[in-house]
Amino acid sequence: MSIPVPGPAIKITGLSKRFGRLDVFRDMSLTLAPARVTALIGPNAAGKSTLLKCLLGLCRPDAGTIRIGPDIAGQGDEYRRRIGYMPQMLRFPEHLTGREVVEMLKGLREPGAPVDTGLFDQLQLARELDKPVRTLSGGTRQKLNAALAFLFESRLLILDEPTAGLDPVAAGILKEKVQASRRAGVTVIITSHVIAELEEMTEDVVLLLDGGVRFHGPLAEVRRRTGEHRLERAIAQLMLGVRGAA
Amino acid sequence: MKILRYQLQSVRRSRAVAVYGILLLALTHALLHFGGGGARAMLSLLNVVLVFVPMVSLVFGTVYLYGAREFIELLLAQPLTRRSLFLGVWGGLTLPLVVAFALGTSLPFLWNGGFGDGAGAALAFLLTAGALLTGACTACAVWISTRFDDRARGLGVALACWAFVAIAWDGIILLLIATMGERSLQLPLFLLPLANPVDAARVALVLSLDAPALMGYTGALMQRAAGVQGGIALAMLALLLWVAVPLLVALRRFERKDF
Repeated sequence: MSIPVPGPAIKITGLSKRFGRLDVFRDMSLTLAPARVTALIGPNAAGKSTLLKCLLGLCRPDAGTIRIGPDIAGQGDEYRRRIGYMPQMLRFPEHLTGREVVEMLKGLREPGAPVDTGLFDQLQLARELDKPVRTLSGGTRQKLNAALAFLFESRLLILDEPTAGLDPVAAGILKEKVQASRRAGVTVIITSHVIAELEEMTEDVVLLLDGGVRFHGPLAEVRRRTGEHRLERAIAQLMLGVRGAA
Repeated sequence: MKILRYQLQSVRRSRAVAVYGILLLALTHALLHFGGGGARAMLSLLNVVLVFVPMVSLVFGTVYLYGAREFIELLLAQPLTRRSLFLGVWGGLTLPLVVAFALGTSLPFLWNGGFGDGAGAALAFLLTAGALLTGACTACAVWISTRFDDRARGLGVALACWAFVAIAWDGIILLLIATMGERSLQLPLFLLPLANPVDAARVALVLSLDAPALMGYTGALMQRAAGVQGGIALAMLALLLWVAVPLLVALRRFERKDF
């Protein structure tokens, strides 16, 4: 279904960003290998969403560059053509129907761009697409949000708390979709608070803390380093350990 | 352009815009019916429009934009320049309001047959000034919603702006004149209406209607300084600037903003 081009690598160098007096990132560098699923974790306000927004050019860094494959994030708008983004809890224009939102997003890409409507079918959205979005339940809107992120067969997927608000069945379908994307060589970046589900979706973990990257490595490495078998505990250990050492 | 199309669809279906149009329709109809004669109704209508149009444009605009915020973020993540998104959002907000205003005020004239006695020309003036005023207020609404992240604060600022330009303004001018006394007449006070889009619209309309009684202080000054034609031209120019300048300021802010 998709072209076997590997997803882009991401190379962040010297990223700094302040909001008022708060240093979100201080000279932060991070390289993500292509075609891997990486989870961004960290305590609240560690800058997970801000990092995603910097990748998308929604947020302008004070210093540093972010390379997404051959492109530089925030320069021009063309590179976003290759990114699928699922924001945290999306609110749609109330008076449009789901179908109109889909058409609108399609209209922003070149005509005939490959689309993947698989998730619309799997999440049984067909019946909901002709209703005004305001009449849909929160969960259904979140399903629509998820299906839109996967619509354009993007080689880079950015998913911000993707399973929040989804019922277990829908969350399961979404996780399978992420795994299928991984097999197809897509680069995926996920943030989540539900540590347990990361295990089903991700290969690598990036721990953001105090303005920088405090850990980056495969999930297995988290376990090995902390000696904890349960991932949730292992990650808590990692956060606390790093805090203590810092 | 594509953004504009869908924004238009979304705003057009909003009940608030329909209610706005219908209210204007009812008001205009009532004024024409009971206000005696097209020209006199026109003057009453003018006063209503000058208070009502800025209020709806500012408040509805701000509320709408705060509501659309998350979707704007999603659109920003699409291959699309910020400038075209900005223009789409502003246009999609402004056009339905202008259409509601134009229909609401002109239809009653149509069925009441009030186009005689130069009322047609006066109406055309009213529609132009009202449309420009709408554009100016929605531009301010876009600026407010990009400047203040907090929704309640933004709404407060929008209301304060409206109260200032539509209500407090006359009092401020009177106060200024009272404290400065005779000297004030030598100052370029006739330029004051240009500092307020509502006052600029009023001066333009009142001068065009040739109704000195309604002119107010600033209108009279304007007439004395620039004559009727000059006054109208100056006021209309000011209105145009009131659309362009806030729009450019808001665009600059929108292009640099961290979402």
